[in-house]
Amino acid sequence: MKLHAKDVLGMEQLDCEEINLILDTAKDMKKVVVSNMKRINYLQGKTVITLFYENSTRTRVSFELAAKYMGAQAVNVTASGSSVAKGETLIDTGRTLDVMGTDIIIIRHGMSGAPHLLAKHTKASVINAGDGMHEHPTQALLDMYTMREKLGDIRGLKVAIIGDIAHSRVARSNIIGLTKMGAKVHLFAPHTLLPIGVEKMGCTICPTIEDAVRDADVVMGLRVQLERMKKALFPSTDEYSRFFGLNPENVKGAKKDALWMHPGPVNRGVEMTSMLIDGEQSVIDTQVTNGVAVRMALMYLLTGREEQ
Amino acid sequence: MSILIKNGTVVTKDRTQKLDILIDNGKIEKLAEHLTDSADEIIDAAGLMVLPGLVDAHCHLRDPGQEYKEDIKSGTMSAARGGFTSVACMPNTKPVMDNKAIVSYVMDKAKREGVVNVYPIGAITKGQEGVELSEMGLMKEAGIVAVSDDGRPVMNASVMKKAIIYANYFGLRVISHCEDIELADGGSMNEGETATRLGLRGIPTAAEDVMVAREIILSEYTGIPVHIAHVSTKTSVENIRQAKRRGVKLTAETCPHYFTLTETACEDYDTNTKMNPPLRTESDVEAIKEGLRDGTLDIIATDHAPHHWDEKNVEFDSAPNGIVGFETAFPLAYTYLVETGIISLNQLVEKMSAAPAQMLGIPKGDITCGMDADLILVDIEHDYVIDTSSFLSKSKNSPFGGIKVKGRVLRTLVSGKTAYEEKE
Repeated sequence: MKLHAKDVLGMEQLDCEEINLILDTAKDMKKVVVSNMKRINYLQGKTVITLFYENSTRTRVSFELAAKYMGAQAVNVTASGSSVAKGETLIDTGRTLDVMGTDIIIIRHGMSGAPHLLAKHTKASVINAGDGMHEHPTQALLDMYTMREKLGDIRGLKVAIIGDIAHSRVARSNIIGLTKMGAKVHLFAPHTLLPIGVEKMGCTICPTIEDAVRDADVVMGLRVQLERMKKALFPSTDEYSRFFGLNPENVKGAKKDALWMHPGPVNRGVEMTSMLIDGEQSVIDTQVTNGVAVRMALMYLLTGREEQ
Repeated sequence: MSILIKNGTVVTKDRTQKLDILIDNGKIEKLAEHLTDSADEIIDAAGLMVLPGLVDAHCHLRDPGQEYKEDIKSGTMSAARGGFTSVACMPNTKPVMDNKAIVSYVMDKAKREGVVNVYPIGAITKGQEGVELSEMGLMKEAGIVAVSDDGRPVMNASVMKKAIIYANYFGLRVISHCEDIELADGGSMNEGETATRLGLRGIPTAAEDVMVAREIILSEYTGIPVHIAHVSTKTSVENIRQAKRRGVKLTAETCPHYFTLTETACEDYDTNTKMNPPLRTESDVEAIKEGLRDGTLDIIATDHAPHHWDEKNVEFDSAPNGIVGFETAFPLAYTYLVETGIISLNQLVEKMSAAPAQMLGIPKGDITCGMDADLILVDIEHDYVIDTSSFLSKSKNSPFGGIKVKGRVLRTLVSGKTAYEEKE
């Protein structure tokens, strides 16, 4: 078994077999992440570049550590300190990195579809670490890994996703991935932050938070960008938290052992209260740990494509 | 120099008839069955349609200022290949065509280097900024045939009202680019399921519809005709239809991409499907076709918008709006509207020649004695595949490569001179 394509650009492209392969492989990788000797040589002699056009801490570090734990050379490129700032196009930057003998380019970009454009012009595998409002496949994979680890089979789970769906690539990748794997996805968002036609992706839009979380196995909060206020999408963080934020009261209808998830970074008290974030059912830290394992698995599978 | 076109089928907006045409001194001299006059050249048009040269009410020649995309020479050569003998070019040049100096530059260069007639359209407002009126009278003297801030809307309704009234004094029609930029909100494709899936910011149909509604109201209020550019939505078609029924003197155009493609063409982030207004949905496409059929939409224009490959070979959000259209407009319209029985070839000639000529107030769009011999010979029998690399335009940004069409323009005459001839 191996991955079909050179690149991992979105959950859209992965079939259930591939998703299971990645999650199964990540299980072995997690043993490395939590061990005292965080070193395997699966990526020895390989070069991984993170090319980040947007700020990020956890995703970039997660990829970098994942590469280093497997013995790869890992190089970070950020938009502000590079030729990008001098006006070089994405394709030219990508091509330049590619011909230095790079095996994997991990890209985060503010514009949807940027990784797809890059992938068409590089020999290296491209992993999408978040493109605009489009996809963030490794986040969905680590979320699914966490669900599988804690709850068993993903099939049949009810997952509620609450918050700014419109601008969220995490929501899109999770909707696509989870529905593919047989979970039911229920959404709730302020209506100004609900993208038109999202129900056609196979999820259900709920009229209230309570409806969305009823009998849910997983409740996932999404980060709300505070600058959305300037675009008149919601009036204030107070109002957001009062009507659209998750708190112990409005998640009562969820299953008794439901998981609270969040892709981070969290605005405490806005989209989710600290009672939930720091509570026993929160798996937000576990998500982060699993992120390293899932990314190791992905890079391992991508670099092993030709040898297999 | 005289030319005799024999054995062709002459198609105008109101007749289809086997007629021979004698051209002398650039004018149509005689028009009759079986002419036997001698001529310097005799063209055998047996099996071909002879149409009045097409008139494009909406194109971008990029000259002055962006000659790397297109210039007057390449743009008019491209137009000639597409069967256009007259083109009206939009003022979003660099600098903006908002004064007589730029208009004169375009007129002079078109006279020297252009192979078809070029009619400049002046800006409505200085710098297309939507604030102060441009010197429409002085530009009219220099040669403009209409005014438009195309590419940008005049957001201030009061400025638009005054522009309509002021332009009318000079016999200039206002061509409105209908887009509420606040509603469009930086979107890069049609709002809806596809945009949501692709993670691209959507432009709602309402961004177009509220402005079309505003122009209808201003046209009705002033009693002055306004021309609506590039209609793309079902609601706008319906609003224009209702307005015309109650006697508002509107004219409206659409473009071939709005009756041939939908938003799903944007899948895979193909920047050659990015234009403004954006490609819409199947029901909008159906409404556009119905609007063309019942006469709600008077004109088919190209919105020929050349862009360099380097500008289009980028992220979807970064790519500029627009596609080239001269060399695909007629075959697409013929294939998708006439072949399918939605309109007749006569109606197509009306929408691509007579009606735009009338809207712009230029003496074109028909085949009668005494008119300039602006004629095209068209083969409607054989299909062919659109090859973007063969375009005479400097830019090849078209989503129509590889599509099989009918309606090939074989020869284009402008005042009796050959502006384009298909060579096998």
